[in-house]
Amino acid sequence: MSRSSPCLLAAWGVAGITGCAGRQSALDPAGPSAAAIHTLGIAMWVGAALVTLLVIVLMLVPFIRKRPRPANRRLFLWGGGVALPLVTLMALVPYVLTVGQETRASTAPEALSIDVTGHLYWWEVSYRRAGSPPGANSANELRIPVGEPVELLLRSVDVIHSFWVPRLAGKIDMIPGRVNRMVIQADQPGRFRGQCAEYCGTQHTLMAFEVLAVPRAEFDVWLQQMNHPAPHPQTPELRAGRDLFVSMGCGACHAVRGVAQGRLGPDLTSVGSRSLIGAGALPGGVGNIAGWIASAQHLKPGNGMPSYDQLEGTQLRALSNYLDSLK
Amino acid sequence: VTRSSSAIAGARPFEGSDLPANAAALYPQSTGPEGLQRLEAAWARPARFGLLTEINNNHIGVLYIVTGFLFFLGAGVLALLMRIQLAYPGNTFLDPATYNQFFTMHGTVMMFLFSVPIVEAFAVLLLPSMLGTRDMPFPRLSALGYWCYAFGGVLVFVSLFFKIAPDGGWFMYPPLTGPKYSPGINTDVWILGLGFVEIAAIAAAVELIVGILKTRAPGMSLSRMPVFAWYMLVTAGMIMVGMPAVIAADILLELERAFGMPFYDATRGGDPLLWQHLFWLFGHPEVYIIFLPAAGMVSMMLPTFTRAPLVGYTWVVLSAIAVGFLSFGLWVHHMFATGLPLLSLGFFSAASSAIAIPMGIQVFAWIATLWDGKPMLRVPMLFILGFLCIFTLGGLTGVMVAAVPYDWQVHDSYFVVAHFHYVLIGGMVFPIFAALYYWTPTVTGRMLSERVGRWAFGLMFVGFNAAFLPMHLTGLLGMPRRVYTYPADIGWNTLNLVSSVFSFVFAAGVLLVLVDWVRHWRGGGQVPHNPWDAPSLEWMAGLGVAHSFRSLMPISSRYPLWEQKGLKEDETAGRGYLPDAPTTEREALITTPISAEPVQIIRLPQPGWTAFVASLATAIALAAATLKIPSAAAVAGVIAASAFIRWLWVLDGPVPHGLADAGRDLALPLYKNDSASVGWWGLSVLLVSDAAVLASFAFAYLFLWTSRPASWPPDGSMLPGFVLPAAAVLLVACAALLFRAAERQIRRDRRSPAVWSLLVGALAGLGACWLVWGWPASLGISPTGHSYGAAAWTLAGYAVFHIGIGAAMALWCALRLALGMIDSWRCLTVRLCLLWWGFTVAVTAFALLLIAGFPHVVH
Repeated sequence: MSRSSPCLLAAWGVAGITGCAGRQSALDPAGPSAAAIHTLGIAMWVGAALVTLLVIVLMLVPFIRKRPRPANRRLFLWGGGVALPLVTLMALVPYVLTVGQETRASTAPEALSIDVTGHLYWWEVSYRRAGSPPGANSANELRIPVGEPVELLLRSVDVIHSFWVPRLAGKIDMIPGRVNRMVIQADQPGRFRGQCAEYCGTQHTLMAFEVLAVPRAEFDVWLQQMNHPAPHPQTPELRAGRDLFVSMGCGACHAVRGVAQGRLGPDLTSVGSRSLIGAGALPGGVGNIAGWIASAQHLKPGNGMPSYDQLEGTQLRALSNYLDSLK
Repeated sequence: VTRSSSAIAGARPFEGSDLPANAAALYPQSTGPEGLQRLEAAWARPARFGLLTEINNNHIGVLYIVTGFLFFLGAGVLALLMRIQLAYPGNTFLDPATYNQFFTMHGTVMMFLFSVPIVEAFAVLLLPSMLGTRDMPFPRLSALGYWCYAFGGVLVFVSLFFKIAPDGGWFMYPPLTGPKYSPGINTDVWILGLGFVEIAAIAAAVELIVGILKTRAPGMSLSRMPVFAWYMLVTAGMIMVGMPAVIAADILLELERAFGMPFYDATRGGDPLLWQHLFWLFGHPEVYIIFLPAAGMVSMMLPTFTRAPLVGYTWVVLSAIAVGFLSFGLWVHHMFATGLPLLSLGFFSAASSAIAIPMGIQVFAWIATLWDGKPMLRVPMLFILGFLCIFTLGGLTGVMVAAVPYDWQVHDSYFVVAHFHYVLIGGMVFPIFAALYYWTPTVTGRMLSERVGRWAFGLMFVGFNAAFLPMHLTGLLGMPRRVYTYPADIGWNTLNLVSSVFSFVFAAGVLLVLVDWVRHWRGGGQVPHNPWDAPSLEWMAGLGVAHSFRSLMPISSRYPLWEQKGLKEDETAGRGYLPDAPTTEREALITTPISAEPVQIIRLPQPGWTAFVASLATAIALAAATLKIPSAAAVAGVIAASAFIRWLWVLDGPVPHGLADAGRDLALPLYKNDSASVGWWGLSVLLVSDAAVLASFAFAYLFLWTSRPASWPPDGSMLPGFVLPAAAVLLVACAALLFRAAERQIRRDRRSPAVWSLLVGALAGLGACWLVWGWPASLGISPTGHSYGAAAWTLAGYAVFHIGIGAAMALWCALRLALGMIDSWRCLTVRLCLLWWGFTVAVTAFALLLIAGFPHVVH
């Protein structure tokens, strides 16, 4: 009867211990917080497997033994019922609290601090703290330096969202009217996918983002770039694209530094460099940008962006090429 | 031979009845065939459409269970449709809006329309005969509860077919479900339907608590009570205390949606976390409300299949009680990711883990019972073993999610989906299926197929584990809950496909049980009484007879059918209590709560349309109001009100003074007009829930202050003074004292001063209503501008509601008094209203003191 569960359990165990790859896997930690939790998880799973095994064996013995013998009440009730959970918990609870303390460790004040704000259904990112240039905004992508603790201040402007990058840390909710704080740190460069973890409405599914960990020097260069407006378009087509961006009123919702200051939708100053379009609706690239502009409501029904399906082919190409050029 | 005369002097088995040794009792009982005839006539089940009027718990219990299973199947189909959608990445089988409605409805239906009702349903069906009584004291209330549940549940479920089903998740977190982000009526449908189901749950809980404490078989002291009754007592108590929190949360949400009073809207001083606290304050105990009855059933079945008494009866009972208490200290573990301070999280983490101890005791008591006896591997036993395996792992992953940092990773991921399905399917669905196979013969007299049952168990066990075990991994690989699809390149494809395929294997097992049940129901050989040779009294009850027992036997053992020889023969021969129905009414024996000595014969309500009409009309009225059809709402509302008034009117009917024969040389009163009456117990239990609603509103007030301390009270409102509220409380106290004076006069049969006291008391009550209602407005507190006003108005409104009902009660009593329906003997109505008035004084004083005093404290 329990034929299926042990082998699945074994498969699980192997997967858990060898580490499971995946851009969003808590079993493949890339930061100290996620790593500490992963170790805690392994310890608890080993314990759980042993206790489950014990219960199953004790439960099956009466069915296979030859001569019935009454149970030793004291052993079962005091030993199994009281002592077993009590001892286990007395070991576990302090360990758990220690891990909790470590993973919420505070950062030094001069460390980098990023504001992340949840919107239906995208992420606003601002580098407003000490040393960051004004207007250093981004969306659906957090760039952080490798090997440093980074403070995040998490807010929401509409409903409850939850910020979760499993490879770096646990999640924390973004609640209207409150500011939550968490510290993340990436110990290796790379792209770490995250996703909204609190159901927030029709398109909760398509509310993803990426944390991009880069070496400090590269990060500083990138941050300095934020002092300057987006580069001027170089070709006539790109210029036509920019003009369309302005004339069609895209700037009412979207910001492009030096061109428009809309705040209702994602900042597009560096949209061309992102690997996700529409907060995870599509991968990046000029073709997908065009597809998104033309049929955002079809690709992600219920999001704030209308489908601009009345654009001519040339217009759509110009506009999407312009946006893709914003690196 | 057949007449038992109560004048015969003989050893009275129980002390405490006030029968003078030589008094002639009313309504002599007969143990002969004419007694049986009268008994059967009194309990005869109405035919055809009349069946809708039947209120006997044996009958209502079956309806309840069948309805619960239908909802289970419906929500199961939704789950399968969702699994089809998730089988492949990027699947477009369901569109996002539909998927969101489906997962919301799956959770809502499974939690509110299946789990809680079905465990109460099993109790409603089984407990009367298990306790050795004919029925519990408030069958009409059970019927009302059932119909409310059925109509409310259907209302919620059919909304799916009109695409207006709730879509905010079963947990309904505002602000997503608030007026701004959910302007449609989907959320109102949820609040409305759930309102009904909550009423039903509370109605059943009142019935169960008073039934368990007051209608046990003579001699069935608390220590001899079947362990299932203990579990249900704890469960019903938890419902009475826990359910009000979510009722209060719903009321606040609807006030915000319908009248713009901000409780959860952060832009006007509200806080979304208020909802989470109130919801999980109920939501976490709910898990144990679902689990404990199932554990109780397992504790009843195990002795039968091992031929040995349950090991550690006292341990198990104390564990159940401990779980009941501890479960109210755990709710925050659903909110570990909301950013609460680590210190408080640590407390809740430890408390959450502590519940592992009473759980461990129960599991090891069951295993020890297996060791003690010679276990037989019949179908119910298979399901019990499946339960032990699955539930143990679910409990252990529960310890993991109680570990705060681990929860930060797995919370709202598929890990949690796996965890709570292990707990709920393992801890509740498997025992329910065991119970279905075990207890079906008590209802139909036929057994379900052993062979089909084994196959069904195999499919369900394998299907369940193979579908849900991988989900732990899916969650750790980063897949969040409540997503309608996922990217193909992220490593979740195989796991999701496996889960989808095996969910159908699990469903095939359920389908097999369904087929088996339909097959068995259509015919087949009757099995003898008590086919499993079980020890408890429900196996002694007559099959298909509404009165269950020919006579009510004294009980002297925890396992009466094993240890009390000849019990069945004596019962059938009418040698117990009440072998007859000389009054031609349905009757039951009331016993004392602890030692179960018989003290009263109560007359139960006869079949009638009131419960059915009242609930149907209420459902139509509220549905019409939600759909904004005022004319239909008004008509249905009037019908509902008339039905309830009729119900109340026939309560507390005329009863003779003298003692009536109860059989076995015992004579008992037919009526109690004081705190020994079941009515008094029922109202007291209900007032506990009422107090819990008030506590929830007070919690809302204080919690909203903690989240907005700077603006409390906000600019533009005056600090409340103390004169007006003191005057209002004084007025309410005067009204209560006038009511008390009236009660004194009634006991001396002085009708006219009593009527006057009541009328003046009602007037004082109405005056107090007017004072309290006008008071917040005079302070410049707006109910819609800021959460401070909303919270203060709600508290004041709740006091006004109580005073208003009290005033109506005074008028009601005055009317009945004037019509001669109340006198010094028949005065339970007055006593119950007096209890209400005492409670109202406390509510008013508490609410007004909080509103008036607290702003001074924090100013």
